[in-house]
Amino acid sequence: MSSVPADLKYTKSHEWVRVEGDVATIGITDHAQSELGDVVFVELPSAGRSLSAGDTFGSVESVKTVSDVYAPIGGEVTEANETLGAQSELVNTDPYGQGWLIKVKVSDASQLDALMDAAAYGGVIA
Amino acid sequence: MPYIPHTPEDEKEMLATIGVDSIEDLFREIPAELRVKPGSLDIPNSLSEDQLYQKMVGLARQNLDATKLEWYLGAGLYDRHIPAVIAPLISRGEYLTSYTPYQPEMSQGYLQAIYEFQSMIAEVYDMDAANASMYDGATSLAEACLMACAHTGRKKVYVSEAVHPSYRQVVETYLWATEDEVATIDTTDGVTTGYAAVADDAGCVVVQYPNFFGAIEDLAEARRVATANGALLVVVADPVAMALLPPPGQFGADVVVGEGQPLGVAMGFGGPLVGLYACKSDYMRRLPGRIVGRTHDHSGRSAFTMTLRTREQDIRREKATSNICTNEALMALANTIYLSALGKNGLKSVATSTVNNTQYAMQVLTAAGAKLKFSGRVFGEFVLDLGRDATAVQSKLIDAGIMPGLPLGPYYSGMDNCMLVALTEVRTKAQIDRFAAELKKVLS
Repeated sequence: MSSVPADLKYTKSHEWVRVEGDVATIGITDHAQSELGDVVFVELPSAGRSLSAGDTFGSVESVKTVSDVYAPIGGEVTEANETLGAQSELVNTDPYGQGWLIKVKVSDASQLDALMDAAAYGGVIA
Repeated sequence: MPYIPHTPEDEKEMLATIGVDSIEDLFREIPAELRVKPGSLDIPNSLSEDQLYQKMVGLARQNLDATKLEWYLGAGLYDRHIPAVIAPLISRGEYLTSYTPYQPEMSQGYLQAIYEFQSMIAEVYDMDAANASMYDGATSLAEACLMACAHTGRKKVYVSEAVHPSYRQVVETYLWATEDEVATIDTTDGVTTGYAAVADDAGCVVVQYPNFFGAIEDLAEARRVATANGALLVVVADPVAMALLPPPGQFGADVVVGEGQPLGVAMGFGGPLVGLYACKSDYMRRLPGRIVGRTHDHSGRSAFTMTLRTREQDIRREKATSNICTNEALMALANTIYLSALGKNGLKSVATSTVNNTQYAMQVLTAAGAKLKFSGRVFGEFVLDLGRDATAVQSKLIDAGIMPGLPLGPYYSGMDNCMLVALTEVRTKAQIDRFAAELKKVLS
């Protein structure tokens, strides 16, 4: 059973968002990482890139496939998780913690309302 | 695998299963005017094996080939010695007739051969990584240009005028399809000089080393220009010359491509060839084509397998660097055996003999009345100015049993009197002397 933390928002394409003030941290869900299998490489944008909701911002490569990752909400990338360059497996072992992908300065907080809560996302992957 | 024929009943059953009435229905998407009309191709009746053999031998006899003439035609393909060990080894059924032999449980031998090939090519060019090979040198270069555009997000490549003209045409064909632009960097006295034209819209700067005219380009300058404009440096390099020249990796080239034919592959009237492609490790995930990697199995034994497969179009068509789904495994194997048989010292002596023969030929051919077109240092090829139409001179020398080189008129304006002459380690002093004597007759 995949873990679905209650304090996060979710997308249909299996990204999660954690909002703290005007910064949103984005990653892929526990369900997504288990479907992908061992992650071997993560391609992430540079800080300063401006994203709209739904934009592809990078890709996660596992031993069997590559998946694009999509921005749940718009904003400017303030940081990408550099640690994943050497330790891409953190996406598998700690998807909601050290395996985060990017941080974004939120441009329009109302976009969060369009995302799913834990209960709704839990229903999607059930 | 057995041959499984289809009876008309089988066909009917298969068509019914997929819900179409006829095989013709499967081609509905192709407009009628583009289809070949039945009976419209002028194909003669079948021949017996013996009749066919005689016909083909008759056709082959019409060719001028390097077994009948003393050969000084290079321009990308070279009449080098092919060690006798290569043919019997690449003719083994396990290699010659295997189709896509990449399943690791079945094909450790071939996979290891390709892995060794990659290692050798990376070493020859002094680069981090190499792929399992491309079709030929020209398509390798085109793929490098695509990769540079994808990596930089730019839509323009700057290619030296002293890069092989046919290679440049192939680059234009590939980049036409991707709507990228090809600009030319001018040359002076046979080397690339027009670097001022390169701007910050450059995906890559491309030079050849030695270049099409045989001259040794200044790669440090090419690197400086590429870096100043935020572009990649792509170098087309002759693998044999690398035994004497500092390889492009030492100048910080991002990608090095080349033609592997000089490494134990016959000229073969232009094919099959083998493209070499090597790069810095930063671009490993953008490398086109196949890559074989080395790992270990559960018992810790060395094992070889295709790796980084997710770059390839059979995994993600729209994201792939390239649409190539193959490699030239058999020719790459010939390269691998060649390099193994010669070793570093052997390759160096091939390159050294080439340079010695080239220097001697330059001396006696200019004494025979031709002039050197350019003044720079060359490796194994040079341009002669004959003072008269080079094609006419070529045909007279062919009558004397000598293929003197490539007339450059069709490729470069104002060079109708110029001939590109190539030397390899297999030419003898007596042959070169005879070339000079025959040339003197033609020119006087």
